Formats: sequence, C-alpha cells, structure tokens
Amino acid sequence: MTSSSIPLPLTKQPVAATVSVAAGRAKKRLTSPWASLFAVVLAILWTLPTFGLALSSLRPERAIKTSGWWTFFSNPQVTLDNYRAALSSDGGGLSSYFVNSFVITIPAVIIPVCLASLAAYAFAWIDFKGRNLLFVAVFALQIIPIQVTLIPLLSLYVKAGLAGSFWTIWLSHSTFALPLAIFLLHNFMKEIPRELIEAARMDGAGHVQIFFRVLMPLMTPALAAFGIFQFLWVWNDLLVALTFAGGTPEVAPLTVGIANLSGTRGTAWHLLSAGAFISIVIPLTVFLALQRFFVRGLLAGGLKG
Amino acid sequence: MSNTAKFLEMGYAILIFVAIVGVILFIANRFSGRKGDRAVASAFLAPTLIVLSVGLVYPGLRTVYESFFDAAGKAFIGLDNYSTIFTDSDEITVLRNTVVWVLITPFFATGIGLLYAILVDKARLESFAKALIFLPMAISFVGASIIWKFIYEYRPEQSGIKQIGLLNQVVVWLGGSPQQWLLNKPWNNVFLIVIMIWIQAGFAMTVLSAAIKAIPEDIVEAARLDGVKAWGMFRFVTVPSIRPALVVVLTTIGIATLKVFDIVRTVTGGQFGTSVVANEFYSQSFRADNQGLGAALAVLLFLLVIPIVLYNIRQLRASEGR
Repeated sequence: MTSSSIPLPLTKQPVAATVSVAAGRAKKRLTSPWASLFAVVLAILWTLPTFGLALSSLRPERAIKTSGWWTFFSNPQVTLDNYRAALSSDGGGLSSYFVNSFVITIPAVIIPVCLASLAAYAFAWIDFKGRNLLFVAVFALQIIPIQVTLIPLLSLYVKAGLAGSFWTIWLSHSTFALPLAIFLLHNFMKEIPRELIEAARMDGAGHVQIFFRVLMPLMTPALAAFGIFQFLWVWNDLLVALTFAGGTPEVAPLTVGIANLSGTRGTAWHLLSAGAFISIVIPLTVFLALQRFFVRGLLAGGLKG
Repeated sequence: MSNTAKFLEMGYAILIFVAIVGVILFIANRFSGRKGDRAVASAFLAPTLIVLSVGLVYPGLRTVYESFFDAAGKAFIGLDNYSTIFTDSDEITVLRNTVVWVLITPFFATGIGLLYAILVDKARLESFAKALIFLPMAISFVGASIIWKFIYEYRPEQSGIKQIGLLNQVVVWLGGSPQQWLLNKPWNNVFLIVIMIWIQAGFAMTVLSAAIKAIPEDIVEAARLDGVKAWGMFRFVTVPSIRPALVVVLTTIGIATLKVFDIVRTVTGGQFGTSVVANEFYSQSFRADNQGLGAALAVLLFLLVIPIVLYNIRQLRASEGR
C-alpha cells in the first residue's frame, strides 16, 4: 500500500466510457510474440516471490531449513504444522495479534468514513462563509507525514490516560484518514446533480433528510472504495501500531507480531512463512472480492477536483 | 485481556461513536431552511475540525518546536539538530540512502507499470494478468519484506549445504558463489529498493492502464493512418496523452518512498548502512531517546514532501491550461 495520500486527478474523460474498438486494433501491432513473452516473464517475476514463500509455509520445518522450495516438486511433503506453530502461544504466538488486527481495523474504518461523510456533505452542499478556504485547508493537511505528529500525540495520549489502549490506534488512524476521505467523498458528492438536492429542499427536506435519503444510497460505491482503501491501510500499518501499541500481544496487531518475530527469530522460516501468510490472507481476500471498488476509488479521486 | 473483552471494548467504542454522530444529526435536524445552513454546517464539521486540530495540526506544530531542543527536550539549541543531520557521517549515509530510494523507486516502478500496462492492454486474460502484478499492493510492507528476505536468504558455500534463498540458488546455478545480499554495502540498499518497486509497480500499472484506455480512439486511428509504428505510437501518442497520469503516479510513489519505514525496519533494522530518514526518525525518537533529533528528522521529511507536491500541482495546472 502506498502510505501517501495525494489525490489522483487523472484525465478529464470518464475513464470507463471511452474504451475504444479502434484503439484495440492499433494496439495489436504492439502485441508481437516478443512482447507477449516479455509480459509473461514480468508476470512470473512478480508472482514467484509470493509463491515461493506460500509453498514453503506448507513444507515441514526440516525441509524448509535444508532445501529450497523448488525441490518440493521432486519431493513433495505437505503439512499444516507451521500454521499451528505460528498461531500457538509456545511458537509464534500470533493468534492474539490476529484478533487485535480485527479489533483495531473495524472501528478505524467506520469512524473516519462516518465523520468524513458528514464533513464532505457540508463542504459539497451547504453554503456558508469561508467554505472554500476551509476545504482547501483540510485538503492541504494531506501532505503532512504522520511521523511529524507521532511524538506529541503520544504525550497527549499519556496525559489523557489512554496510552497503551486500542483507543490510541483507533483515534490516530481516524485522524490521519480524514483529509483524504473528505476529499474523495466530497468529489463523489459533487457529482450528484444539483437538481436532485434542490428538488428535495423544495419538498421541505432538511439537510439531515437529504443526507440520508438522497445522498447515502448513491454514495455506496464511494464509501466502499474508501472503506477498502482504509481497511488495507490500517490492517497493513506498522508505524502507527508500533508507536502507540508497543510490542505486546495485548493490543499490537499482526504486522507488529510478525516484525517482532522476524527480529527475534529471523531464521525460523517455518514460523515466518506461515505468519506472513496469516497476515496476508485477510487483506488479499478483501482486495480480490472488492477489487472493482478499489480500482474505482484509486482512479476517481480527481474526476472533478 | 481476553478476546471477548477486546471485542466488547470494540463494540463499546463503536457505540460511543454512533451516539456522538446521533447527537450531531439530532441537533442539525432542528435547524431548517436556508437560515439554518450555518448551524448545520458547524454541526457537521465540528467533530472533523476538532479531531484534525488536536490530532494533526497541534502535534505538527509541536514537533517543529521540539526540533529546536536537545535530546531530552529541555534546552533550546537552535538549529543544531538540523546541522547534525547534514554533518554527522551516519546521518549523511541516511540522507544519501533516502535520495537514492527516491531517485530509483518512482522511475522503475512507473516504467515497469507502464510497460506492463501497454503489453497486456487488450490482450487475452488481461484482467488476470493485471491482478498478478497488482496483488503485492494488498500485502503489507511487513509481509512483502518477509517474502523478499526469504529470496535473499544466504547459506555459506560448503559441501552438503544447499541454498534456500532463490536468488543465491540462481547465482549458484549460474556458477557463481552465494552472496550476503543484505549485508554488503552499499548494494544492499538496492536489494531493499527492489521490494518497494515490486509493491508499487502494480499501483502504477493500474492507474496508467486506465489512462491508456481513455485515450480517444480518433487520435490513435489518425496516427495509425499516418503510418506511425509501435515505438512512434508510444513516444508521440501514448506518453503525451497520459502525461498527467504519469506525473501523478511518479509523484505519489515518490512521496510514498520518502516515507518508507516498514521495509527497512523489517529487513535490516536500518543496520549495515541501510537506514533512511523515516527509519532514522523512529530509531532516534524511540530507540536512542533523542527527541530533538527525531523531531528534526520528521520535519525534514515534511520539507522534502513539499517540493514533490508543488511539482505535482504545477504540472497538473499546466496540463489543465492546455
């Protein structure tokens, strides 16, 4: 995941609408046998590292340590022991980290999505003095690297008596997500025809009704897009978790658990390979299931920036 | 804390939060008509503005302030922390590495992404082919680091000992001797950068592929009728048409690279001359307890992001003006 949050104002055309037939014919010329071969080589290079570790995670500990995973095909041995060991408390102890990852991620997605929807609505459809200035200010906050905020935030949490709790991570992730979330949702909301909002107002609907009855049903793809983005970002985050949760299995997520394991038992490949796959499987599932929304979210940032 | 207690705390947090949003909506709903607009806007924006000021603006300013103080955060030392960054030999290595990361990663990731997007465009199995390159994006930097550490794994060259890392095995197959890829300076930096390129190429490919598909067909058709060949098509049609997308991809990856922390920390821990600014910030702040220097490094990170963002904005303005 990119940790950056710069919006992506791309082309002015609606991306999906201009897929063309003629362009297809023109591109055929590029698709020579060499080009296809090159594409296949790249695809293999990109897949092999993950495949190698995935296969290793299923081999017995002794086999992993004495021979490469490519020897698997001449001497196949499969076991789930590594996964059992990685999760159990006398091995990798990752099961409590796994639970923590869920407990951290769910509120850290819900909170910023809701707050950003409210704010984005205000910026998109309510007229008030200083609106543009305020919007630009919120938008500009995106460029602040989170590193700049960590230490003062940590002392704020200590003063508030929250240090070492899930609250620190929930609040931090929510805060860091808001500028991008507001920007993205604002752009989607602006796409909704003004007449629709005006008509609802004529019928006497207040902003709260318009927000729920008119906008929310239309916003599902945008909310899904940002939700996935934030889910992946929080689930995969190391820096925020390390800073606020420390390294204990009480609150720290999987990324911290695995990073610790790599630091203390860097050659325990049976634990590391299984552990890495335990951490990968959830975001990968979410990602594959909802890829459509994610790609749209990546691309739609600035259609009407 | 038991698992049940953790989930209970989570439910509790969500409930509190739902209650807050409920109160806001309830208050906002009591104002109606155009005159109430201001009140509704304040209610909708209040939580966001409070959170952003307390969680982002105040800590940011505080860090700038602390960067002028010593390790314990007690004595004012002016710009000493900044001069340390630019004079201390360890810190200069950190700066050099960061520059190398930012110079290499965006161009390779974007180049590979663009090439692949063009190669698989309209090909059979296009979406499957794209998913293969795209997948690393769903993997955490920590997970990716483990995957690549395994590739770089080293076993001494002795009879009876087999390589288990793919890279060293390939070297051995080709008749060479295995290397400690992650220890040998300064090339170990390049092996870390490869991990970032591996992750970011999928992002570049996705965005650029969409931009390529949005090139109006009449332009492509006209160029083809003029007898433009594959390379000419790439040079004079594809690249100029997707220029704004290229700029965004390059700058986005550049900024992400500047902040890279997880990879360096997981793979080498910043040892063997591989530290970068974002990792050094963490080490100084939390390991070496040098608060002032840590703060200065964080501020430096911020200062380095600004020119990239400005370049991005200028380029986009220019392309909109056309």
